[in-house]
Amino acid sequence: MSDVLLNISGVNKRFGGLQALTDVAIRIERGQVYGLIGPNGAGKTTFFNVITGLYQPDSGSFELDGKPYSPSAPHAVAKAGIARTFQNIRLFGEMSALENVMVGRHVRTKQGVFGAIFRHKAAREEEAAIRARAQELLDFVGIGRFANRTAKFLSYGDQRRLEIARALATDPQLLALDEPAAGMNATEKLALRELLVKIKNEGKTVLLIEHDVKLMMGLCDRITVLEYGKRIAEGLPSEIQKDPAVIAAYLGGAH
Amino acid sequence: MSLITFDLQHQPQRARINMALLLALMIAFPFFAAQYGNSWVRIIDLALLYIMLALGLNIVVGFAGLLDLGYIAFFAVGAYLTGLFASPQFAALLESLVYNYPALGEWLAALFGEEIRQNGIHLSVWAIVPLAALVAALFGALLGAPTLKLRGDYLAIVTLGFGEIIRIFMNNLIEPINFTNGPQGINMVDPIRIFGVSLAGEAGSQSTVYIGGYGMPSVNAYYFLFLGLCIATIFITSRLQHSRLGRAWVAIREDEVAAKAMGINTRNVKLLAFSMGASFGGVAGAMFGAFQGFVSPESFSLTESIAVLAMVVLGGIGHIPGVVLGGVLLAALPEILRHVVEPAQIALFGEKLVEAEVLRQALYGLALVLIMLVRPAGLWPSPNKEDRPDAALAREEEEAAA
Repeated sequence: MSDVLLNISGVNKRFGGLQALTDVAIRIERGQVYGLIGPNGAGKTTFFNVITGLYQPDSGSFELDGKPYSPSAPHAVAKAGIARTFQNIRLFGEMSALENVMVGRHVRTKQGVFGAIFRHKAAREEEAAIRARAQELLDFVGIGRFANRTAKFLSYGDQRRLEIARALATDPQLLALDEPAAGMNATEKLALRELLVKIKNEGKTVLLIEHDVKLMMGLCDRITVLEYGKRIAEGLPSEIQKDPAVIAAYLGGAH
Repeated sequence: MSLITFDLQHQPQRARINMALLLALMIAFPFFAAQYGNSWVRIIDLALLYIMLALGLNIVVGFAGLLDLGYIAFFAVGAYLTGLFASPQFAALLESLVYNYPALGEWLAALFGEEIRQNGIHLSVWAIVPLAALVAALFGALLGAPTLKLRGDYLAIVTLGFGEIIRIFMNNLIEPINFTNGPQGINMVDPIRIFGVSLAGEAGSQSTVYIGGYGMPSVNAYYFLFLGLCIATIFITSRLQHSRLGRAWVAIREDEVAAKAMGINTRNVKLLAFSMGASFGGVAGAMFGAFQGFVSPESFSLTESIAVLAMVVLGGIGHIPGVVLGGVLLAALPEILRHVVEPAQIALFGEKLVEAEVLRQALYGLALVLIMLVRPAGLWPSPNKEDRPDAALAREEEEAAA
């Protein structure tokens, strides 16, 4: 058990002629809510995709819970303990809300073809446990009453919550949320904030990409700011707010 | 609340009653139909095989969302496996092998005994069925492996090619070693024997099968065998659907990237879908070979692949009762039209205006187009497919009231 949960440094990623990430580093301690901000196109989502195995980095060192992990395949990253949500919601639309979360349990369960066909005791117990845990998570994020509703028919805010529940179902050490508040109105944002605080209080470590600076300032323990694929600032929210480089990046600097 | 439901998850009691009723009907069917001639039972025999195929394909296309246009290849693999190991064909294979590679041929002859030079190999159905499932599953994985990164149209083209490759192989694997007997096909495939009873009837019995003291036409005996296999297929595929694995398949269909991010090893899970789907095709193929007593490449053309896919899509993709319905309709419809079109014309117009075959094809095509226009999600789609939010809400209220 290490105090530093995620320690990543020297990440480079190039798309053809575009250097999307240059020497990006991040260090998240256990139990923190860590913010990643930056203007549009700063490379936040690219960084996210690199650490969760969706993109292959050109270089970089990756450590989770004191052990090196290789972000070579998304499913391996999920197994190692990083679960994520997506900027543009990616649910399993035609499955029910409950089934969506049950899919999240896949990586922590093991019944195969024989268990499925014969439904022996171990298989039945596992299935019941999956179902119970999924319902529990739906209740936790506050959409338990919609368990049987088809995911694509949920309201926008509830779809966001469902995605978080699904990610939590993989028992992650680090929950990585890519713009969870995108497209939400003020009331929904407030509710989301409550949920994030609740997750934090459960002792989960959260990595958060967000545009809404107000939301981030109150919520995050530390923040990293990216611009043009480079880290331009890192520190407490209060420090970030005053940082001239950050202000220049967001408001435009004096030329 | 729908009256006709087979949804064990939500309405278990009604589903069980419906299943029992349907089963009773299915068991009674051949006794009733036999009065109008064996050909009707024969049509349903083949329809049952097609249902098995459609259910197998439904795993790949319906659950995992991988469009497979070469599925009939696995049917062919099963049929040819029976042709090779349950007919005199192996003697021909051995002869050509001895001629070309004497050492290997003699070794095989010594291994299996000299009489296979005359008689070939005759495995029992108990060996053929698992073997067909296994070999077809292997071919399924073989097809799956190079297509893992492909999706949609691209996957369809590769699988289409695979289906054609298998068919062309079957046509040409005659020289130097005679595996398949080429375009002539393999004759005299053994009928299925269960506990010493041949389902084709013993010689001189006029295709009547005697079980105990009771005799029934051969087609009826096959009917019950195929019905049993169909029920087993339905059982297995529905259990798979409502399992950890089935959810993983559907997750891949719905959003592959998200499925990966949730920790699903999409490579393994997709290969498993191909294999499982193929194994049902293989078993159906083995049954087909034994039932017909004859296997030739022309039974496994692209049209057949498309027909099976049409059963899945028209019935209700991913929904087992729908797929079964699609299988029954599309397998039986052309045959029924074949019987009906000509007499109907004569009755209506007093003469035959259009060739039965032409009209049959036209009606078949028209039926497909109409179904897709009127019911784009299939005749009996899975409830989640309904494109109206209120359908989901209505179900919810129903459940709350129940």
